[in-house]
Amino acid sequence: MGWTLFILLVVLTVVHGNPTMTVRTGSGPTVGFDQHPNSVPLGEDIQTTTEVVEEVMTTGVLNPSHYPARRAATVVQHYLNTRYGSPYRWIFFSTVHSGSSEVGVEVEDQHTLGSVSGQCSAELFFPEGEGQSAPQVQASCEGLHQSNTTAQEEAFYQQHRASNNLVSGNNIPDSYGHVEPSMKPFWQLGGVASSFIMLRESNESTLYNMAQVANFTQLETEKDQLRFNYHVLLHEMISQEIIHWKLLVTWSPEQGVQVLQTELQPKCHHCEAPPNTTN
Amino acid sequence: MKGLLILTALFVAVFGKETFEGPGLGLICVWETGPLCWFVDLKCHSSSLSQLDVWMETTDLPTSVDIRVPFTSLQTVKAFLETEDIEYFIMIKDLQVMLDEEKEQMLSSARATAPRTSDDYDYSNYHTIADIYAFQDMLVAENPNLVSKIVIGQSYQGRPLNVLKFSTGGTNKPGIWLDTGIHSREWVTQASGTWFAKKIVTDYGRDAALTAILDKMDIFLEIVTNPDGYYYTHTSNRMWRKTRKPNPGSSCIGTDPNRNWDAGFGGPGASDSPCSETYRGPKAHSESEVKSIVDFVKSHGNLQAFVSIHSYSQMLLYPYGYTRTPCKDESELHNLARKAITDLASLYGTSYRYGSIINTIYQASGGTIDWTYNQGIKYSYTFELRDTGRYGFILPANQILPTAKETWLALMAIMEHTKDNTN
Repeated sequence: MGWTLFILLVVLTVVHGNPTMTVRTGSGPTVGFDQHPNSVPLGEDIQTTTEVVEEVMTTGVLNPSHYPARRAATVVQHYLNTRYGSPYRWIFFSTVHSGSSEVGVEVEDQHTLGSVSGQCSAELFFPEGEGQSAPQVQASCEGLHQSNTTAQEEAFYQQHRASNNLVSGNNIPDSYGHVEPSMKPFWQLGGVASSFIMLRESNESTLYNMAQVANFTQLETEKDQLRFNYHVLLHEMISQEIIHWKLLVTWSPEQGVQVLQTELQPKCHHCEAPPNTTN
Repeated sequence: MKGLLILTALFVAVFGKETFEGPGLGLICVWETGPLCWFVDLKCHSSSLSQLDVWMETTDLPTSVDIRVPFTSLQTVKAFLETEDIEYFIMIKDLQVMLDEEKEQMLSSARATAPRTSDDYDYSNYHTIADIYAFQDMLVAENPNLVSKIVIGQSYQGRPLNVLKFSTGGTNKPGIWLDTGIHSREWVTQASGTWFAKKIVTDYGRDAALTAILDKMDIFLEIVTNPDGYYYTHTSNRMWRKTRKPNPGSSCIGTDPNRNWDAGFGGPGASDSPCSETYRGPKAHSESEVKSIVDFVKSHGNLQAFVSIHSYSQMLLYPYGYTRTPCKDESELHNLARKAITDLASLYGTSYRYGSIINTIYQASGGTIDWTYNQGIKYSYTFELRDTGRYGFILPANQILPTAKETWLALMAIMEHTKDNTN
């Protein structure tokens, strides 16, 4: 059984419009905009983009239909996945509304078509400064654990912990968006593991999603943790780049998902992936 | 692309005085003859190269020339280039392999149950470029009084840029333009465009709103706006976005066709690196895929709406992307966008955001609808279709029809408003 969590970040409209999501950046000039590889410095335009961020900084109000809200919500999504994700729990943010104090989380079980909603509130801080520094997120959620994925996770764990039949797969989903049912938990695990990288790499000028699991290979179980090598493709929306990462991932129902190693793969212009002719 | 004739040849790029480190020799390439092939006779080096067809690359770099060479002349050409101390490298690798595969694929699709009518066509699946081109011809053949095919130009690799014209007759009627697939990896858009084409012919004479639109206006639909890229996503790299035109002096191929328009060109929101996914190109309209549309729009002169369709993010966007200055029709475009996405959501509850490009998604310069809007086409919109990131570009085929159907409701809202506000 597969569980999928959709985060609906609901900021309910109240009279005074206090935002649920506070996005704060460090004082001083904003980072990200003029360091973005795609931007060509032109004084006038840099000024303009800085103004927008300063507006956010001073008021803390996010216009939900503008992109800063969406980027921030995606960062919170990555954070929640690193905390709560599993092969049977992959969290997605879907919408942001204007207003305040409450955030909704919807849980949808693909097989029973039920849904449970919960609530999260999150605070997000983008540190500024020279080195790459991950955003800091604080979020508290109620109701997130209403979806009980324990049984599926335990069954999956028991099925794969013996090392006599190590699993592997590639191109998940395939070119046509198809995911074999047996591959779905590995796809979701890849998405959750990718969230560790996406969270770490996020700033105000990025928006990451995992585009595809290029391949994964199960390794011998160690210390009761299932272990996998993953090669994932991340899509960064602002630059539109596809970024390849290799990950060493462990998981167990008790320990959750951990990413032990990450390795950025160079963008190789001459080594194209083989065609996805399967299916 | 029927009747493909394959000859073996060497495709060579000749550089004048530039130094270049390229791959080794020994790679054989091919060209296609017939209407898909294009080359220009070059008058210089006439004594040695007179037997060769030489194709001048359409850039401002006079030192760069692309030559197609028959295989039988291969040794002669190589000897000539080496004698003259002209640096050269092989531009297209494995072109033979590519064309063999393409030929095999077309033969095997012909052997498979190819749809005999557009009613048999499987709209709920993704298709090859050959399938879509065949579909276009079928639709025209079945609806000769409503649909015609206009070839507005050729892609870099010589593929036709086909536009379906839906018209109830008349001359220089106001027009509506729709395009899908300008970014080749956004497969749900080409698939939706195919469904839109069928929807139009199905609804004309049956649906009052669509019939009223077509009685007053023509609809132009370019389904595979970036055919070279689309082919490449099937054969080599599912995530390819740009055109497939090489960049002189770089090993990186392609220009982002949605940063190549002459609107804010050169400003922030595009890259000047050929290796970037948002590379703007050497100059505005450098890509034939873009220039062909530019020429069409200018020569038509009476387009009233222009909708360019992308995926993913679930957004409906209006100008501008290159500047924060609001476009002068922002209020009307904003209200119309709200109506359109409300209609879209009515079908399956799919939620879209809407607004100007620069506010809603990011700053982007050289974008399509910024240019069309500045040409005076007021109802210029960009869609970002499903989803919001779970599948992203590789949207499951079972979402094609729901996506196409809900998007159509938004398009109808835009087209109706356009019709009601056009003289």
